[in-house]
Amino acid sequence: MTTYLIRNAQILGGAPQDIHIVDGVFAAIGEDLDVQADIDIDAHGLVALPGLVDLHTHLREPGREDAETVLTGTRAAAMGGYTAVHAMANTFPVADSAGVVEQVWRLGRESGYCDVQPVGAVTVGLEGKQLAELGAMHDSAAGVRVFSDDGKCVDDAVIMRRALEYVKAFDGVIAQHAQEPRLTAGAQMNEGRVSGELGLGGWPAVAEESIIARDVLLAAHVGSRVHICHLSTAGSVEIVRWAKAKGWDVTAEVTPHHLLLTDELVRSYDPVYKVNPPLRTAADVEALRQALADGTIDAVATDHAPHPAEDKDCEWAAAAMGMVGLETALSVVQQTMVDTGLLNWEGVADRMSHRPARIGRLAGHGRPVSVGEPANLVLFDPAYRGVVNPDTFATRSRNSPYRGMDLPGRVHATFLRGEATVLAGELVER
Amino acid sequence: MKRHLVSTADLGRDDALLILDTAEELSQFSGRAVKKLPTLRGRTVVNLFFEDSTRTKTSFEVAEKRLSADVINFSAKGSSVSKGESLKDTALTLQAMGADAVVIRHHASGAPARLAGSDWLHGSVINAGDGTHEHPTQALLDAFTLRRHLNPGPGHDLAGRRVAIVGDVLHSRVARSNVHLLTTLGAEVVFVAPPTLLPIGIETWPCRVSYDLDSVLPEVDAVMMLRVQRERMNAAFFPTEREYSRRYGLDGTRLAKLPEHAVVMHPGPMVRGMEITAEVADSPRCTVVEQVANGVSVRMAVLYLLLGGAVFADGHADAPRTELQEAAQ
Repeated sequence: MTTYLIRNAQILGGAPQDIHIVDGVFAAIGEDLDVQADIDIDAHGLVALPGLVDLHTHLREPGREDAETVLTGTRAAAMGGYTAVHAMANTFPVADSAGVVEQVWRLGRESGYCDVQPVGAVTVGLEGKQLAELGAMHDSAAGVRVFSDDGKCVDDAVIMRRALEYVKAFDGVIAQHAQEPRLTAGAQMNEGRVSGELGLGGWPAVAEESIIARDVLLAAHVGSRVHICHLSTAGSVEIVRWAKAKGWDVTAEVTPHHLLLTDELVRSYDPVYKVNPPLRTAADVEALRQALADGTIDAVATDHAPHPAEDKDCEWAAAAMGMVGLETALSVVQQTMVDTGLLNWEGVADRMSHRPARIGRLAGHGRPVSVGEPANLVLFDPAYRGVVNPDTFATRSRNSPYRGMDLPGRVHATFLRGEATVLAGELVER
Repeated sequence: MKRHLVSTADLGRDDALLILDTAEELSQFSGRAVKKLPTLRGRTVVNLFFEDSTRTKTSFEVAEKRLSADVINFSAKGSSVSKGESLKDTALTLQAMGADAVVIRHHASGAPARLAGSDWLHGSVINAGDGTHEHPTQALLDAFTLRRHLNPGPGHDLAGRRVAIVGDVLHSRVARSNVHLLTTLGAEVVFVAPPTLLPIGIETWPCRVSYDLDSVLPEVDAVMMLRVQRERMNAAFFPTEREYSRRYGLDGTRLAKLPEHAVVMHPGPMVRGMEITAEVADSPRCTVVEQVANGVSVRMAVLYLLLGGAVFADGHADAPRTELQEAAQ
């Protein structure tokens, strides 16, 4: 295996240190290491973080390879500093059986750019009617522990209760896409001042909050753990905060776009801003940032949702929901959380690596950057300033809401178990 | 200079008055034996209708033909989602055919804004109604009708006048276009509807809101009744058709509560027996038929100003306008 000597990296933003990587692990860490390596990297000014872990990625394969494949998606993940991603189940066919999750898991292994942990569907075909074979998916080579009907809500209270209870047998977690379907029929954007003026169907905050309230109570009742996907409102934050104060095993994630963008952008009617849950108000954005800072929200998860051009190059109502986000996540977090003083780099490592790995029960990820640990690492240049150009992205799709925006920071290098997947800001071809 | 008419929120007071004054001049031609003007000869106007609309489409077509434009009707029913061509490809096709203006009616809110903001076509985009967003020429013809009744004369606005807009505000593009335009012209707008048919956030709109029609009627100069679709009942917006008519319908008894000078308006099509009784619809105070005639004049004015070379903002009205004034002599 290639050996690396990284000079003067600021681990979690601390004092510069050298990092020696040998045989897939951190062999030595310290000042002025007197060791040899195949490749020397000058990391002056770069922050070193444990490899990032995404709890919420749509890799689209199988079925929508025109939007993304496991290979292109994991290349995008590596470019964003990720060493593990959770691949959501809403593929064609749906990842609701051992066969499909094993296929995705194997494609991930073959890609080599990051670990792909398949998420299994909670119900057959994401239909919300009948439990999928959760145990079989767990027992498969994919070893599924996170289950989600993401894109759809498990809205039937009995099905949700049973799912929460059932996965206790193998330490699983249900990741809920909280959206009361009746309250969001025909919904096109956040319901509020802007939707009223634009004449677009409203997606009210209460449709998210009512499901979260129900599900934290259900999780407490059956003594299971529940994870809330892409939490997007100030009210949702309050409910999760309350549930945590009760000592219940509730975790939550927020997307980068909900930390930065608001529904005012919809005034352009440009579907690049169409996403589910929708962009909310400035007050929601502020509450989400505070909650991520104080730990009420455990993780940043991208909800990377690639779509082909024709699904966005149309009128708002006809457009698909979702945004790509793997390659901009860390930059958005720097802008919204670090540069604002809400979170230091240690906090970023906690919310983007340690905690998501723990929620997903990924043993080899989210570990500290210390001697003997698997060398999953990202070197990030926070001083970089640049304009986002999605045409240069590694993802197959271009539906980024940040096109043309100034965002700080850039991934310089990513290491997966000691092998570089990105070096000097470029993918390492393999 | 604005190239498109997508929203009445884009119209300043001067722009709005220029359109109304121009429409007033153009309306003189509709009484003549030969109603045609040569203004848009050689210009191509496409009526792109993704939704059925006999009245609006006919009104635009009459306006275009009276201005001698080459008129193409492009019926594109069905959405880009279900089948057929996308909005983008349709627009590229029209651009290739040399459309100078596209009059678009679409079931999706924001479709005209999307066309106007894209580089898919270069002609003017005129919004003929988009989803539950806006219907600017309807608001212009409403303002035109109101001005004729309440404050006639070129350059006059609607300052100090009060207009009640009654009914399904939530789903109404007419209400959204009117609230911008009428307030720009100095009028006060009062929305009257059951709370279920008012959008969330309406407290931030430049209007008053009332749930009680009877208390509003004595203090308004005009009342505009919006169509209420029967299907709304099935989504629990109101209990029954009967109850809706009882609380928010305009009948003879309520008509008597209006001040004597006040008029009753309706954008059509009316649902007689629902929001308006036959007695009121057929009364001389109801301007529905007048509104249709005024619609042609207003749409002529919009096409004339967008395509005829004149400018909107603080109009240095140039050659075509002079031609119009000469023709009007």
